[in-house]
Amino acid sequence: MSVYFDHNATSPMDSRVLEAMLPFLQQPHGNPTSRHGLGRQARAAIEQAREQVAAIAGAHPSQVVFTSGGTEADNLAVQGMCAALAPTRIAVSVIEHPAVMKPAQAMQRRGWSLTKVPVDANGQLDMQALEQTLRQPTALLSVMVANNETGVLQDIAAVTRLARRHNTLVHTDAVQALGKIEVDFTGQGLHAMSLSAHKIGGPQGAGALILDKSLDIQPLLHGGGQEKGLRSGTENVAAIVGFGQACELAQQELAERSANMLALREVLEAGLHRLGATVFGERVERLPNTSFFAFEGIDGETLVMALDRQGYAVASGSACSSDSTDPSPVLMAMGVAPDLALGAARVSFGPGNRIEQVSGFLQTLENELLRMKRMAAIAV
Amino acid sequence: MSVRKPIYLDYSATTPVDQRVADKMIPYLTEHFGNPASRSHVFGWVAEKAVENAREQVAALVNADPKEIVWTSGATESNNLAIKGAANFYAGSKGKHIVTVTTEHKAVIDPVRELERQGFDATYLDPEPNGLVDLEKFKAALRPDTVLASVMLVNNEIGVIQDIEALGNLCRANGTMFHVDAAQATGKVDIDLEKLPVDLMSFSAHKTYGPKGIGALYVRRKPRVRLEAQMHGGGHERGFRSGTLPTHQIVGMGEAFHIAKEEMTLENARIKRLRDKLWAGLSEIEEVYLNGDLKQRVPHNLNVSFNFVEGESLIMAVKDIAVSSGSACTSASLEPSYVLRALGRSDELAHSSIRFSIGRYTTEEEIDYTIVLLKAKIGKLRELSPLWEMYQDGIDLNSVEWATH
Repeated sequence: MSVYFDHNATSPMDSRVLEAMLPFLQQPHGNPTSRHGLGRQARAAIEQAREQVAAIAGAHPSQVVFTSGGTEADNLAVQGMCAALAPTRIAVSVIEHPAVMKPAQAMQRRGWSLTKVPVDANGQLDMQALEQTLRQPTALLSVMVANNETGVLQDIAAVTRLARRHNTLVHTDAVQALGKIEVDFTGQGLHAMSLSAHKIGGPQGAGALILDKSLDIQPLLHGGGQEKGLRSGTENVAAIVGFGQACELAQQELAERSANMLALREVLEAGLHRLGATVFGERVERLPNTSFFAFEGIDGETLVMALDRQGYAVASGSACSSDSTDPSPVLMAMGVAPDLALGAARVSFGPGNRIEQVSGFLQTLENELLRMKRMAAIAV
Repeated sequence: MSVRKPIYLDYSATTPVDQRVADKMIPYLTEHFGNPASRSHVFGWVAEKAVENAREQVAALVNADPKEIVWTSGATESNNLAIKGAANFYAGSKGKHIVTVTTEHKAVIDPVRELERQGFDATYLDPEPNGLVDLEKFKAALRPDTVLASVMLVNNEIGVIQDIEALGNLCRANGTMFHVDAAQATGKVDIDLEKLPVDLMSFSAHKTYGPKGIGALYVRRKPRVRLEAQMHGGGHERGFRSGTLPTHQIVGMGEAFHIAKEEMTLENARIKRLRDKLWAGLSEIEEVYLNGDLKQRVPHNLNVSFNFVEGESLIMAVKDIAVSSGSACTSASLEPSYVLRALGRSDELAHSSIRFSIGRYTTEEEIDYTIVLLKAKIGKLRELSPLWEMYQDGIDLNSVEWATH
């Protein structure tokens, strides 16, 4: 089997998470809304998971709304918060994930103005531009904690301080940050925060919106009234239990996991520099597991395919948009030249990766780069 | 009698995951964990292949084209996407009137109510006392500006099967989009979407021995049905529904529907025999009423009102069996079932009703035990009931003038 270096796309399930989930897949259990014993057991399992998710996010269990994943949490935040307000302005960072950007654009069709706040060459939010934006009435600001492609971190506490001065609500997409760095909903003064299970060793199909309950918010899904009416639909018990377990493990092991992944990345990036790579956002704080880089004159898509053939799974951009062959919008926003941006490849480590895999990867990368350059020379 | 208790007779609320389904799912939680949207490596391709295989399995059960199947997080999301998505897309060209039925699931009623708040106009038809929609009344409810009608195939509480073909033809003739909530129908009734005049149909996995948290929406391609997406993002599912696809759950739904297709004929015959036995036993008790038509009904559902018994104490008395007193999605409330009310049942009868739903793992012994249990408990509860005593004495309770406090 190949070596997996694409944990920002999705992560392998931790076997301890699977163990926690199995009873809810293999043994009879009820619908958590049912009032008989089996239903109440399922309900209790969900409430335990709610506590586990709240604990890692620095939130109270009552602030956790379970969803089908990060995309739904982002949509619920943006569409739900806006639907409860008279249309004014939404501001988002220009590098938001499509799960924030697209719902924000959808709100434009309902009479909202949308401002995309620029980032600097390192991928960090231009705070002056943000301040200028917020001087106009802005109901909602959404800024991600960590970018999925570059791993670059935003100073969320500074963002919320500024926004609160202008009475702007702040949502953050913390999907990529969770389990890799500390996230603190209460401490950072947030109004809403999106999380996902499958990026932290949990299953696909579960996520959460952490929500300041004093807010007015309209649900996205109407029906049975689950999740206090904020998210109707029978709860995905097994996945929610897995999400909770993954959060608990990630919280316990955060320091160790981060240190290990950072050590791997340092070796990787030393090697990348030796081979002449540009590493994006490397001058600023990033997630410990992510490295987004490019080589002049090398096509990223071709490189990634070649690496896959050699047994290394890496990404050329975000999985959600890896259908397209345009240069990464995140890199464009950072002012990277389109030619270089087209060469971009992303390595994202997980807790299971080891140093031998990194040295093997660097050796393979060197060989492939040589081969590709030779091919290019022949073509000319 | 030695049967394991509690006896699960709540298969319409949710079903256990079939072991064969769980076995298929687990490898996609462990070794094949890739994101099906990852196009740059083998992990992604393996996941994508599994997703497409499951799409074929789901399509096969309902005789649709796999391209007509859109994955969602469950039937609630499917219903929301179908109703809000179609109403909003076609409102400009057709109008802003919606027709639905008072006995629909909350996941249909509430999105329609939400549309009303957004300026749509809605007609909620009452069914006939047997739970079925009268075709003439339905036809009369359709207006030139009726953009969408939504009628469920199988009712979750009383199990009646609506005449979707006839209702759909009326919609076609009126140029109205027709949505059908089939969450309770898969594996219970044959569905042939090549024949049925249906534009949108909602499915759920966890009512058919698949996992919770996954469902699908059928979106007809010929003639092509369009929707306004409700969840925006990476553009998955051809833009209809963004969000990373939960591969293991999709695999589970595919396998569950595949098993349903293979086994439903035999399984339904067995289950129907158990259901009929249960009804034969229970109807020996005095003053019990079957809710919903017995013939045009799924084989596994029995909904019975026990007169002269108080609802809450009935549920407490039969705690050896896991059953539902309303639909699970509303059973947190103490309101009498709005479905039974719509059939014209009194509050008292609605309160003292039980939905028994039989399934793949129900045994004959469990049914026998249930009959004995109900006979004994109903007898005991009635001994305590002054109303029962009055009824026994021949007093017409409807003529009694109750003092108000």
